[in-house]
Amino acid sequence: MKGNEAIAEAAIRCGVDGYFGYPITPQSEVMETLMDNKPWETTGMVVLQAESEIASINMLYGGAGCGKKVMTSSSSPGISLMQEGLTYLAGAELPCLVVNVVRGGPGLGTIQPAQSDYFQAVKGGGHGDYKLIVLAPASVQEMSDFVELAFDLAFKYRNPAMILSDGMIGQMMEKVEMKPFKPRWTNEEIAEMHPWATTGKPASRERNIITSVELDPNAFERFNLKLQAKYKTIQENEVRCEMINCDDAEYLFVAYGSSARICQKAVDLLRAKGIKAGLLRPITLFPFPTKQIQSLVGNLKGILSVELSMGQMVEDVRLAVGQSVPVEHFGRVGGVIHSPEEVVEALEKKIIGG
Amino acid sequence: MAIDIKEIIKPENIVYKKSSLLTDNVMHYCPGCTHGVVNRLVAEVIEEMGIQEETIGVTPVGCAVLLYNYIDIDWQEAAHGRAPALGTAIKRLRPDRYVFTYQGDGDLAAIGTAETIHACNRGEKIVMIFINNGIYGMTGGQMAPTTLEGMKTATSPFGRDASHDGLPIKITEIVATLPGTSYVTRQAAHTANSVRKLKKALKKAFLNQKEGKGTSFIEVVSTCSSGWKLNPVDSNKWMEDNMFPYFPLGDIKDE
Repeated sequence: MKGNEAIAEAAIRCGVDGYFGYPITPQSEVMETLMDNKPWETTGMVVLQAESEIASINMLYGGAGCGKKVMTSSSSPGISLMQEGLTYLAGAELPCLVVNVVRGGPGLGTIQPAQSDYFQAVKGGGHGDYKLIVLAPASVQEMSDFVELAFDLAFKYRNPAMILSDGMIGQMMEKVEMKPFKPRWTNEEIAEMHPWATTGKPASRERNIITSVELDPNAFERFNLKLQAKYKTIQENEVRCEMINCDDAEYLFVAYGSSARICQKAVDLLRAKGIKAGLLRPITLFPFPTKQIQSLVGNLKGILSVELSMGQMVEDVRLAVGQSVPVEHFGRVGGVIHSPEEVVEALEKKIIGG
Repeated sequence: MAIDIKEIIKPENIVYKKSSLLTDNVMHYCPGCTHGVVNRLVAEVIEEMGIQEETIGVTPVGCAVLLYNYIDIDWQEAAHGRAPALGTAIKRLRPDRYVFTYQGDGDLAAIGTAETIHACNRGEKIVMIFINNGIYGMTGGQMAPTTLEGMKTATSPFGRDASHDGLPIKITEIVATLPGTSYVTRQAAHTANSVRKLKKALKKAFLNQKEGKGTSFIEVVSTCSSGWKLNPVDSNKWMEDNMFPYFPLGDIKDE
C-alpha cells in the first residue's frame, strides 16, 4: 500500500468524522482513496472536495469547533495557503490533523520529495506565537499509525497536529498492518468529552464560543502565556524519537522521515568500515528531542543533520548542543534525494575530515 | 384617578419585549446601525422557532465579529471571509443542527467571494445573512466591493471611480444564478415595514433549512452612519435614494 493510501485507510479506521481537501501532487491519493472507499456508507465519515486549501482548512475549523475528528491533507504550496487557518485553529485551541506530503519549493517548485517545510511546520508558520504538534513518519506503517496518534495528541492538548511527510513516503509502497476499526464518537459522547464544543446550547450550560479574538491586552497576554505553558507541557511529555546504534556512537546523524531511512543505510556502511556511527531519528519534530540529543553529546565527535533542505532542522540541533560538539548540515534539494554513499561521504568530509 | 404603572405592565398587555435569547450585554454598534436590528430579528426567529439548542451561528470579521456576545446560542468566530467554509463543515457534520452565517460586504463579497460562491453552488443547507452597507465599517470606512460609484470612502477619497475600481458587485444576483441556492432575497431594516418583511424572510430561510432545501441567502441593505458620515436619519434617506436603486429590494429567487 502507498503511504498516501495508508493515511486514508487509517483515517477511516480510527473514526475520523470528516476529511476536507483539495487535490495537489504528490498526495492526491489520500482523497482519491477516501472517495473510492465511500466511508459515508460505512462509518458515516464525511469526505468533501473543497474549492481551495483555504476553504478546506476553514472547514476543519468548523468541524473541529463541533468537537469532531477532522483532517485534511495537502502538499507544500497548499499548506502555505492553509497557514491563516492554522493560526486561527491554534488560537481557538482546536484539535485537527493536517498532513503535509512535502514537495520541493520555494514557489510552485517541484512535485518531487523534499523536507524544506520544516521551519514552517515547527516554528508556527502563520502569524503569532503558536506551535503545531508535528509528527514525522519514516515508513508507510508510520503514515498509518500516526493518524490515530496525531488525533490523540491533538485532542489531549486541544491543538492542531501535523504529519510532516514527503513525496517519497507518500508514494512509497510497503506492507502495512492496519489497526482494527474504531467507531466514530457519537454526538452525545462528544458533548460529554468536549464540553467546549459548539454542539448546540442546552439550558444546562453557558453558550460555547469558538474564537481566537480577545481585544483586552491583559487578557490576551494571559491567553498567550497559557498557550506557552501548554507547549512546555507538550515539550516535557510528548517527545518521541528513535535511536539506532547510538550507545557507542562517536558520529551521529540526526535525520527524520525519508532522510532517516537513507541515514540508516549510511550507518551500516560506516559501521562496516569500522566507524562508530549512529542515527537519532526525531519522530516528533515539535516537540523536538533536544534532551535526547544532549544525552549523547559526551561520546560524540560530531553531528551531521541530514535533510532534504538547505539546512533547517540543523538549527534546532545546534540549539540543543551549543558549542559542545561540531554540527554540520548535509542535504540535497529541488527533488534530488541523497544516496547513502553521498551521506557517508558528507560525514567523512564535513565532520571526520573537518 | 391616576393609573399606577403596575396596572399597565401585565403579561396580557405586553405588545413587545426583548427576545429572551438576547443577552444583557450592551451592543457595541454605532447609533443608527442596522446590525442591532438584524441581530435582534435573528434572536427572535430562533426563539419563536424554539431552536436555541439546535442552532450554531458563525460570526465574521468586521463589525459583527462580537455578535456572539448578544445572542445566547453556540457560536464560532471565523477568519475573514471564511464563514461559509465553517458553516459547510458544521452542517455536514451536524446535519441535525440549524446553521447560519452572518457576514458583511467586505467579508462575503471581497475576501470571501470564493467561499460564498462555492458554498452556495454546493447548495449547503445553511442560512447566509449578508449585511451590505457599502463600506468597511470596523476598519474605519474604506471602500467595499459594494461601495457605490462616486461614493467617498477612506480609500476612495475622491469617490469610487468605475474606470479604476469597477462598479459595485451584485453578489446576491450572482448567487441567485447558482443551482444550489433555494431562496435569495434582498431586504432592508430601516422602517417598521422593512423590519417585518426581513423577519419574514429570515423565518422562511430557517424553515427552508428545516425542510432540507438548498442555501438560503438574505442580503440586508444597511446603513453605516459612522462610515458614511451622516446622522442615522440622513443615512436612511441616503440609503433609500442611492443604495436601493442599485440594490433593489425583493425576492430574487424562491424555489
